[in-house]
Amino acid sequence: VTRDRWAAAAASLVPAAVAIAVAALLAGVILALTGADPLEVGRRTLEYGTSARSATAVIDRAIPYYLAGIAAAIAFRAQLFNIGIDGQYRLAVLAAAAVGAAVTLPGPLHIALMVGVAMLVGAGWAAIAGLLAAYRGVSVVIGTIMLNAIATGLIAWLLDPSRLGVRAPGSNNLSTAPIPESGWLPALPTPLGEVNGALLGAIAVGVATWLLLGRTRYGFDLRALGTSLRAARVSGVDVRRTIVTTMLLSGAIAGLVGLPGLLGDTHAYGLDFPAGLGWTGISIAILGRNHPVGIAVGALLWAWLERSAQILDLMGVSREVVTMLQAVIVIAVVVAWELTRRASLRRQRRLAGMLDQEDAADGPIAAGSRA
Amino acid sequence: MTAVAGTPARTSAPPPAPRSRRDLHLGLWARVTLAVVVLSLVSDVANAPDLLSAGSVGATLRFTVPILLAGLAALWAERSGVVNIGIEGMMVMGTWFGAFVGYQAGPVAGVIAGVLAGAAFGVGLAVLVVPLRIDQAVAGLALNLFAAGAARYLSSVFFEGVPGGQITQSPRVDPLPAISVPGADAVLSPVADAGIPVLSDASAALLGLVTEVNVLTLLALLLVPATWWVLWRTGLGLRIRAAGENPAAADSLGVSPFVHRTIALAVSGALSGLAGAFLVTVAASIYREGQTGGRGFIGMATVVFGNWMAVPTAIGAFIFGFTDALRTRQEATVGALLLAAAVAFVLLALLRGRHRGFRDALGWGVAAALLVSVIVLLPVVPTEFVSFAPHLTTLVVLALARQRLRPPAALGQPYDRDADL
Repeated sequence: VTRDRWAAAAASLVPAAVAIAVAALLAGVILALTGADPLEVGRRTLEYGTSARSATAVIDRAIPYYLAGIAAAIAFRAQLFNIGIDGQYRLAVLAAAAVGAAVTLPGPLHIALMVGVAMLVGAGWAAIAGLLAAYRGVSVVIGTIMLNAIATGLIAWLLDPSRLGVRAPGSNNLSTAPIPESGWLPALPTPLGEVNGALLGAIAVGVATWLLLGRTRYGFDLRALGTSLRAARVSGVDVRRTIVTTMLLSGAIAGLVGLPGLLGDTHAYGLDFPAGLGWTGISIAILGRNHPVGIAVGALLWAWLERSAQILDLMGVSREVVTMLQAVIVIAVVVAWELTRRASLRRQRRLAGMLDQEDAADGPIAAGSRA
Repeated sequence: MTAVAGTPARTSAPPPAPRSRRDLHLGLWARVTLAVVVLSLVSDVANAPDLLSAGSVGATLRFTVPILLAGLAALWAERSGVVNIGIEGMMVMGTWFGAFVGYQAGPVAGVIAGVLAGAAFGVGLAVLVVPLRIDQAVAGLALNLFAAGAARYLSSVFFEGVPGGQITQSPRVDPLPAISVPGADAVLSPVADAGIPVLSDASAALLGLVTEVNVLTLLALLLVPATWWVLWRTGLGLRIRAAGENPAAADSLGVSPFVHRTIALAVSGALSGLAGAFLVTVAASIYREGQTGGRGFIGMATVVFGNWMAVPTAIGAFIFGFTDALRTRQEATVGALLLAAAVAFVLLALLRGRHRGFRDALGWGVAAALLVSVIVLLPVVPTEFVSFAPHLTTLVVLALARQRLRPPAALGQPYDRDADL
C-alpha cells in the first residue's frame, strides 16, 4: 500500500514539475516580449528567493495561504465551491480583533478566546451559504459571492469610528483598537530564524484535516458527496446535513486565515489588512489536489514565488508578472494531470482489451467499465 | 389592475396548455406598469422625488448595462453547458484593451479591441474546458487570476510614463456619443413637470430612457432581443442549447458539442469584453484597476435569477442596476425603495396566498414584515448597507422564490465523446 501511495505522489509530482517548467518558460517569453532580459530576471529572483532571510519570510507568508487552502479543499472534496472564504476570514478576524482588544486575560486563554471567536464567526457566515444551498437550492457559488459583498459592506460599517473603528493619528486608516500584549502570539525560533508562531497551529490543522477526511465516517460521507450525489444518497448519506456541516467546517478553518497576521504581526484589524486570500487558497487547493500535504507544497511554492518577486521592482520589472505566472502554473499543472490521467486510462483500456481476448466472457463488462 | 388580472394566468400551476407568447408579453408589460405605479406612489408617500426621475433612470441604465452584458455572457456560456466563471477576467481584459486602443485610436476602435480581447479569452477558456475537459470552475478562476495580473503588468509596461497614465489607470479615453429621440424632450418634459400623480413620474422615467442615451447602451439593450432570437429562434441557437442539454444526443445527430460550446464561449467572451469596454468608454472614460468590481459574478447571478432565459435575466440585471445606482442618490431614496420592496413582498404574499395556499405566502410575508421593521428601526439606512443591497436582494429572492429553476441539464459537465468506449 505504501509503495502505491509513493507511486501516486510521483504520478502527480512529475507532470506538475514539467508544467511548472513550461509555465516559467512562458513567463520568460512574456518578459522578453516586453523588453526585459528573462535570464537575468530569473538569476536575480532565484538568488534572492533562496537566501536565508527569504526562507523565514516564505514560511510566514505560506501559513495563511495554507489555512485558506485547507478551507477551500474541505469544501472542494464535497464538490462545494466555497468562494466565500474571503468574506468569512475578514469578518472573523474583525470579530476576533474586537473581542481581543476588549478583554485582558492570561496569554494562552486570551489567544484561545480569539481563535474560538474567529472560528465561530467564520463558520456562522459560511453556514448561511450552506443552509441556503441545502434547504433552498441556492448554489454555493452564487450564495458565497453575495455574502462576500455583504461582508465587505458590514465590515466598512463596523469599522466606523462610532462603532469599532479607531482612527490612527495622522493617517486615514481605520482599524480596531490594538490588542493588549497578552494576546500576542510569540514567534517560533527555528534554525533559520524566527517564524510566526501560528506555524504549529497550521500544522495541527493539516493533521486534523487529514485524519478527519481520511479516517472518519464523516470524511467518507463528505467524499462520497463529492464523488457522486446519487451514490451518496443511495448509500445513506444525509446529503443536506453533510452540506451544512461541510460549510461549517470550511468556514471555521477560513476563520483562522487572518489570525497569523493579526496575532503575530498587526495586532489590530484595519482597512489595510490583507484581502483576497480566499482566492489564493482556492488556487492552492487546486495545486495541492485537495490533500493536506499537497496543499503545503502549493502554499510554499505560491509564497516563494511572491517573495522572490519582490526583487523585480528593483530591476524595473513589475512584480505582477508573477501573478500571471501563478495563473499559468495552475492551468498548466491541471492540464498536465488531465493528460497523464488520460494516458493511464488508455493504458488500462489496452490492458483490459488484452484480457478480453483471453477471456471472452468478461468482455462486455470489462470494456464497459469506466475508470 | 391589468397586472392583478394577468397574474393568475401566469402563476396558476400546472399550466393546462403551453402559454402563447402573446400572454407572456402581456404579463411583462403589466408588471412594468405595476412597478411604475408602485414606485411612483411610494416616491410620493416617502417624499423621495429622486426615486423615479430622469436622472435616476439614466443612472440605472449606466449601472445596468455592464451587469446586463455580463449576464448575457453567462447566459450564452451556460446554455451551451459551460459555467463561465472567467467573465470577470474577460471584462478586465475588455477594460484594459478598450482603454489601450481607445486612448490612442478613439473610442470606437477601443470598443472593438475590448470585444476582440474578450472573445480571445473566451476561445482560450473553450480550449481548456472543451477538448481538454479541465474543471470549468478551476479554468475560469485561473483565467481571472491571469487577467488581473496581466492588466497590471501591461499597465506597468504601457501606461506608466505616458501622460495621465499610471500602473493603476490609463490616460483619458474619449467618450462615445449619446443620442436622443427627436422631440421627446419637448413632449415629455412638460408632462413630467406638471405634477400629475402617476403620469408625471412615468414621463420622467421615460424621458430618462429616450434622451441622452449612449449608443453603446442602446446596442447593449438591443442585444437582449438579439440573444433571445439567436438562442431560441435559429438553428445555431438550437444546436448550442442542445450542447447544453444533452451533448451526447446532439453529437449522435452530427451536431458537434465541441464546435458549439466553443462558439458560445467566444460570444460569451465577446459580450464580457463589451461590458468591460462599456465601463471604459461610457461609464468612466478611463481604465482604472478594479473597475469591474465583481460585476462579472453579479452577471452570473442574474442568469440564475432569470432562470436561464434572456428577458428575465435582463430584468434581473435591471433590478441590480437600479439598486446599484442608488448609492449615488439621496438617502431618502433608499428608504423609499425599501418601502417599495415591502409593498412588492406584501403583494406577492397576497397573490401566492390566494393561489397556492398559506405556506407559499408565508416566506414573502415574513420578508415583508422584516423589511417594515427595518424601515421603522433605521430611519436612515447607512450608506454601507446600500452598497450590498443588490446582493442581499439576490439572496432573499433566490431563497424565497419557489425553486422552479431549471438549469441546462448538462451544465458544468465536460463532454467526453469516448466515455463509454
